[in-house]
Amino acid sequence: MNPRILLAVATRVLTQIRRDHRTLVMLLVLPCLLMTLLWWMFAEVSQGVFDRIGPALLALFPFIVMFLVTSVTTLRERSSGTLERLLAMPMGKLDFLGGYALAFGLMAALQSALAVGISVGLLGLEVVGPVWLLTVVAVADAVLGSALGLFVSAFAQTEFQAVQFMPALVVPQILLCGLFVPREVLPEVLEAISNVLPLSYAVEAMQTLTRTADTSEVWPDVGIVTAFALSGLALGAATLRRRTP
Amino acid sequence: MMNNAVEVRDLVVTRGGRQVLDGLTFTIGRGGVTGLLGPSGCGKSTLMRSLVGVQELASGTVEVFGEEAGSKGLRHRIGYLTQDPSVYDDLTVTENLRFFAKVLGVGRDDVDRSIDAVDLRSHADQVVGRLSGGQRSRASLAVALLGHPDLLVLDEPTVGLDPVLRRDLWALFHRIADAGSSVFVSSHVMDEAERCDRLMLMREGRIIADGTPGEIRDQNGSVNIESAFLAIVTADAS
Repeated sequence: MNPRILLAVATRVLTQIRRDHRTLVMLLVLPCLLMTLLWWMFAEVSQGVFDRIGPALLALFPFIVMFLVTSVTTLRERSSGTLERLLAMPMGKLDFLGGYALAFGLMAALQSALAVGISVGLLGLEVVGPVWLLTVVAVADAVLGSALGLFVSAFAQTEFQAVQFMPALVVPQILLCGLFVPREVLPEVLEAISNVLPLSYAVEAMQTLTRTADTSEVWPDVGIVTAFALSGLALGAATLRRRTP
Repeated sequence: MMNNAVEVRDLVVTRGGRQVLDGLTFTIGRGGVTGLLGPSGCGKSTLMRSLVGVQELASGTVEVFGEEAGSKGLRHRIGYLTQDPSVYDDLTVTENLRFFAKVLGVGRDDVDRSIDAVDLRSHADQVVGRLSGGQRSRASLAVALLGHPDLLVLDEPTVGLDPVLRRDLWALFHRIADAGSSVFVSSHVMDEAERCDRLMLMREGRIIADGTPGEIRDQNGSVNIESAFLAIVTADAS
């Protein structure tokens, strides 16, 4: 691993995002708007529902967005030949992956700082635990999304296919993460499946933070999400081949 | 042995069950411009990818400066131009080059030198995606020139370029070769053959002729490389 190269990749990815104003605005503003929409939906029902669902959504945004962005950008790197060119240069696979993870991790931190700020500051989301820890969970989540996106990009030939992986890999996790039905009351088989899906732990971490100031319950969940993200990156590294047929 | 830049022995590459390279054996010495000419689809790009070490080989060996192609020690010594421009469309020419320069660990003066070499100074701050096809491939070529590589592997660097620029680029390749680097250039345009020090004609995964342009023409009593190519193929078939 070479820090100079890793930083070069991260800087380049951030420059590309900065250049693409529409993507930048959507990355930063969309989660805030959606949180506001959610708050508004339940404005006349009870604040309790927003307090219950809000944190889960804060975990979902970075995951979904980074999954999509990474799968499409890495697919582009593969098909445009830039990846082949980089791998013919003194570029380590971990430099490449680490650079992406760093860039998207930073974007996620910014994204969730805004979304968390608006939810807690303006919309009155109740968070008992430390607010900064919400952002930490979001970053772990974003890296997880990036890692998965990177991995699936190896199995997609077109951007259409890459986007289709989202309903295949992401939507089941959203359904089973405890947002719709608490995980304990899911049918046994589904609960078992839910137990091995990373998003379940990310959502659990967010929900714990809103409920209690005791962070000792949150860290194991963050650890699990991070472990999933790291194994995702390792799987992604395995799909980066210097020699291709 | 070590005088050769490239040594290829019994190289076989298969893609999708089809044999693309059919047991090639040849060497490329240090310095000089070697041209690889042949019709589109004859295996030129596959051969170039093999030299760079990004192609999966079925059998045979490819050595560059005495090391296995693609090995770590070679990665900063080879400049590689892929056939389609491999640069980032959403970055400017300068941003692209600065990024690749950082990966290679070379300085900004090298970035400027490369931009000037491909005559893109006036477009240096433009986003690559808004450039013409020829300008994009020149931006990609500039990346291959970064860091004074000892071996330049250029896959169709002059396709679709203005004749004046093509002449200038060939002059550049010769200047690079005169400075001691080996330049390996592919093309499907037969009239570029005359500009090479050494020529390899390729067809259907095999090298059908190898020598200076003059030698290849004289062998068959042809007036140009195009008719020499035809004469060889006809002789082969009968």
